[in-house]
Amino acid sequence: MSAVRLYVWQRLTAVLMVPLIAVHLIVIIYATNRGLSAAEILGRTQGSVAWGLFYSLFVAAASIHGAIGVRGVAREWLGWRETALNRLMWIFGVVLLVLGLRAVFAVVVP
Amino acid sequence: MSTTAEATIDVRVWRGGEEGEYQSFAVPRRDSQTVLDVVTWIQRHADPTLAYRFACRVGVCGSCAMTVNGRPRWTCRTHVSKVVEDGRLEIGPLANLPVIRDLAADMTPFFEKWQKAEGTFVPSRTRHEPLESISPESAERQAADAAIECINCGVCYAACDTVRWNPEYFGPAALNRSWSLVNDVRDTANLQRLAAAASNGGCHNCHSHQSCEQLCPKGLNPTASIAGLKRRTMQAYIRGEIA
Amino acid sequence: MSHPHNTSYRGDRLWLAAMVHRVSGVLLAAFLPLHFLVLGLAIEGEGQLDGFLQWTKTPLVKFAETGLVLLLAIHLLGGIRVLVIENMPWREGQKRMATLAAAAAVCIAGVFLVALL
Repeated sequence: MSAVRLYVWQRLTAVLMVPLIAVHLIVIIYATNRGLSAAEILGRTQGSVAWGLFYSLFVAAASIHGAIGVRGVAREWLGWRETALNRLMWIFGVVLLVLGLRAVFAVVVP
Repeated sequence: MSTTAEATIDVRVWRGGEEGEYQSFAVPRRDSQTVLDVVTWIQRHADPTLAYRFACRVGVCGSCAMTVNGRPRWTCRTHVSKVVEDGRLEIGPLANLPVIRDLAADMTPFFEKWQKAEGTFVPSRTRHEPLESISPESAERQAADAAIECINCGVCYAACDTVRWNPEYFGPAALNRSWSLVNDVRDTANLQRLAAAASNGGCHNCHSHQSCEQLCPKGLNPTASIAGLKRRTMQAYIRGEIA
Repeated sequence: MSHPHNTSYRGDRLWLAAMVHRVSGVLLAAFLPLHFLVLGLAIEGEGQLDGFLQWTKTPLVKFAETGLVLLLAIHLLGGIRVLVIENMPWREGQKRMATLAAAAAVCIAGVFLVALL
């Protein structure tokens, strides 16, 4: 993956996540204010197509952004080379994506 | 100028190559003394084997750049009174470069990266054609002029964390020059230049720490130049001009 | 033991901003898989998730959660700083903006803490 392609994906997912994080922070603060419980969370998310789409998008963006981010840190602070870096990026990205979509499924699908 | 035999500065100077140690000298304190004056005094009166580099000694050539109390600076333009801490100074060679000996660093990698970043002007006209007329007010010319005064002193390169962390990174000076050429409408090599800026050693390594901009003795702003390169390479990538 | 290349300019406010941004990103990346695993407990039904959430009511966990919100806010604002530098005309007064951003991040975390208590 070329440096410019990684950069474009990193910055685009970042821009996408600015509003998503804003919403997420508001939800977090609102939810904890009312006392956090499974029923409270699931009452909001279960069966909701909107929350399902919102969080699926968030998970996808975060997985890409985080994977590219840790790749850069591994290169500069651990001195890893190209092959190891790409392996790290793909594995970490896929792990986040799978775990994340599973979590979305867990709270949205009744 | 007044001198007192008692007033001295405790100066620690790097001796050796990559391996070595700091050696201490007691240097007489004088008014309006610069760090270059200190180094010169040591070489003339204490130890003639001290290796160091300088040329104009008036802040024009950039040859005297060294690490002074942890920061890369032009020693001829650094007053001792401004940097001395508790009567002590620590002077070393410029960072991020191989050490030749003592205070002299090897600038070869710096210039090799300059070449790799395609920092050379490639003309579009020959001497037989009329001069191209460039307005100094045009946006591109202003962008080029803002970056063009670089004299390759290496201070920004020595200050850059990313250069330290990534041996492939071209560094702020090479990319700043690339940006000034990208904005030169007479130049014809922009495709190769943007491809180089988008390569593994290119502009996307920059994390905008801005140490280069803070420390450039000529007040240049490589961070902004690199940001410009990021925008141009992104456009070129989206248009399919570079991979 | 002696090193010829000391660097003491690291500690300037903008350098610190970049460093904090990076560290917050790494910590968030480490946290995310755990976050997803916890939410995934709901697959078994409410019970398991609720059991876990009861554990999070302890003060230590509440403190850690506030820390996480702080990390998220820092990373968001630091990221906006980078996007502004890279895509908008150069502006002066960045050190002041960096300080304001840090203060804003602390405020956001503070609001969360108040909501939590």
